[in-house]
Amino acid sequence: MSDILPVGEVAEAVVAWINETFGWLLDWITMALDMLISGFQDGMAAIPPLILIVILAVLAWVLTRRNLKIGLLTLFGLIFIYLLDLWPETVLTLALVLTSTFVTLAIAIPLGILASRYVSVNTALRPLLDLMQTMPSFVYLIPAVIFFGLGNVPGMIATIIFAMPPAIRLTNLGIRQVPIELIEVSEAFGATEWQKLIKVQLPVALPTIMAGVNQCIMLALSMTVIAAMIGAAGLGLNVLIGIQRVDIGGGFEAGLCIVIIAIILDRITQNVISSGPDK
Amino acid sequence: MEETQEEETDKNIKVSVRNLTKIFGKHPDEALRLVEQGKKKQEIFEETQQNVALRSLSFDVYEGELFVLMGLSGCGKSTLLRCINRLIEPTSGVVEIDGANIVTMSEDKLRQVRRTKIGMIFQSFALLPHRTVLENVGFGLEIQDMSVAEREEKAREAIDLVGLSGYEESYPSGLSGGMQQRVGLARALASDADILLMDEAFSALDPMIRRDMQDELIELQARLNKTIIFVSHDLDEALKLGDRIALMKDGVIAQIGTAEDLLQNPSCDYVERFVEDVNLSRVLVSKDVMKRPEPLLPPDSGPRNALRLMEEYGISSLFVAGKDRMFRGLVTVDGAVEAKKREIPLRDVMVTDSPTVLLDTPAQELMPIMAETAYPVAVLDTEGRIKGFIVRGSLLAGLARLEIEV
Repeated sequence: MSDILPVGEVAEAVVAWINETFGWLLDWITMALDMLISGFQDGMAAIPPLILIVILAVLAWVLTRRNLKIGLLTLFGLIFIYLLDLWPETVLTLALVLTSTFVTLAIAIPLGILASRYVSVNTALRPLLDLMQTMPSFVYLIPAVIFFGLGNVPGMIATIIFAMPPAIRLTNLGIRQVPIELIEVSEAFGATEWQKLIKVQLPVALPTIMAGVNQCIMLALSMTVIAAMIGAAGLGLNVLIGIQRVDIGGGFEAGLCIVIIAIILDRITQNVISSGPDK
Repeated sequence: MEETQEEETDKNIKVSVRNLTKIFGKHPDEALRLVEQGKKKQEIFEETQQNVALRSLSFDVYEGELFVLMGLSGCGKSTLLRCINRLIEPTSGVVEIDGANIVTMSEDKLRQVRRTKIGMIFQSFALLPHRTVLENVGFGLEIQDMSVAEREEKAREAIDLVGLSGYEESYPSGLSGGMQQRVGLARALASDADILLMDEAFSALDPMIRRDMQDELIELQARLNKTIIFVSHDLDEALKLGDRIALMKDGVIAQIGTAEDLLQNPSCDYVERFVEDVNLSRVLVSKDVMKRPEPLLPPDSGPRNALRLMEEYGISSLFVAGKDRMFRGLVTVDGAVEAKKREIPLRDVMVTDSPTVLLDTPAQELMPIMAETAYPVAVLDTEGRIKGFIVRGSLLAGLARLEIEV
């Protein structure tokens, strides 16, 4: 109360104003995200675990252009998790991480494209992204709780904010790094702006954009335990409970599962395109 | 208006450039005014901080011509090339393609012209790494929303034209530089454009591959009769390829003319300096510019053998010499065909009065000899043994090579 600059008070006032004015929008977002997560989760829960594991392993194998090592890694990693009896939590964590990533990319990639095309967007975004990346991730929990209450949705919101900057940055960078001659080729052959983006810039920038997708997933996973503090369920909650009850075994098992999922998702995203066209 | 060359009115003008000026910088208007006052590039830069890249250029390129824009780096030749399809916006002036002014054209119409009339080939090949050869060649057609079947057919034709059949499914990363540039060439040819803009197209290639590509371009041009504007910094290449050459300096054209024009009547000091080493030709002698006389035709061989050798080596005449390599004469392809038809020995159709020179004949004396004869000139040692031969191209190339080494 005795601050010389009333920054904290102003922040509170702004939050209160947003809550009053955009309450309907916040409710709507909560509902939409909730549906997305539970849809994802229910869909996966409806399939018997072992069958789902095989499906996921085959999917990993196909996505990585028949990389047998990654297919087997997925298969045995997930069976290991199943044997630890943490399958339902894992499904929920996967649902949270993948839907967060999906929403993040749906916002980040268009923003990255805009930033690569318009200097003004780039200039406006840069300090914001710096702020988002340097801010300790716990700070995002506060507005998430205020606007969205407790549960999976605020956890997701915090995750989305935290995971977004690298995806925007790398999309922007990837497009800017497309060699000038390739831009000249598309213009010299009479491409429209849209054709240039779709047929030249995005495909050529894809390896860099995929690095952004990879970063995005990894950051989302790293948020699972923190998001659990505001009520997000899944493996993160088990870790949190492990901390609170000094249950070393339980915390370690859940932590190990997160690591396994991280390794699997990392290998898949790194191999979807990065090794370039086959000969 | 500058005066332009009007003497060749029998040819159709394909690309016409009038008073083209390009100024780089944020405030071109003032600089443009100074250009019109005739101030020098350096003065304008000091006064306005604007960089005059091209100043009031005017020239025409005729249909079916291979026109070389030549000059040292920074002379504005690549900028000029990019003004022709408006990859770079000209500051003022007119660029007409088939009579239509590109500079004032709407975006839509410009796109149409780029799609159908102009193909471009880049120094760095500029192939899309994620696409196969076939998909790269079909790129321009894809942009025109042509159906997959149709564009693949056209792309395959173009690939065939540049001799890359069999590599349709390869990716650029798996091809050599020469092959990659063939893909670039095929991409430009696929859309059936009349005009090809080639920006230092062969400069990134090894000297050997480069010479092959130049030969192939000449051959392709003889068949397809495109209008080609070729940017080069290499006098050797310009002399070899160009029907006409525009020598540029500091954003203006110092001289336009054929290779002979530039060599024999340089219009100003700059052109003269550029080609002055060529005038050192008095120190250059036959043996510096001759090619190896392979293969030689044994005096007793028949017309069929002669024709086979000509076909194999892709040449139209053979020197006749025995094991001792003593020069006897020369058989042309016409002669050999006639001998075969009338079943007479080759010696009856042998040309024995084709010009010969000695190993140390100065290049200056070679020029008039080359100008008068239709045959390759044999180079003999003092005993009369054949050591090599000279054709017009090898003489010019030899002269140019010397210029670059000096």
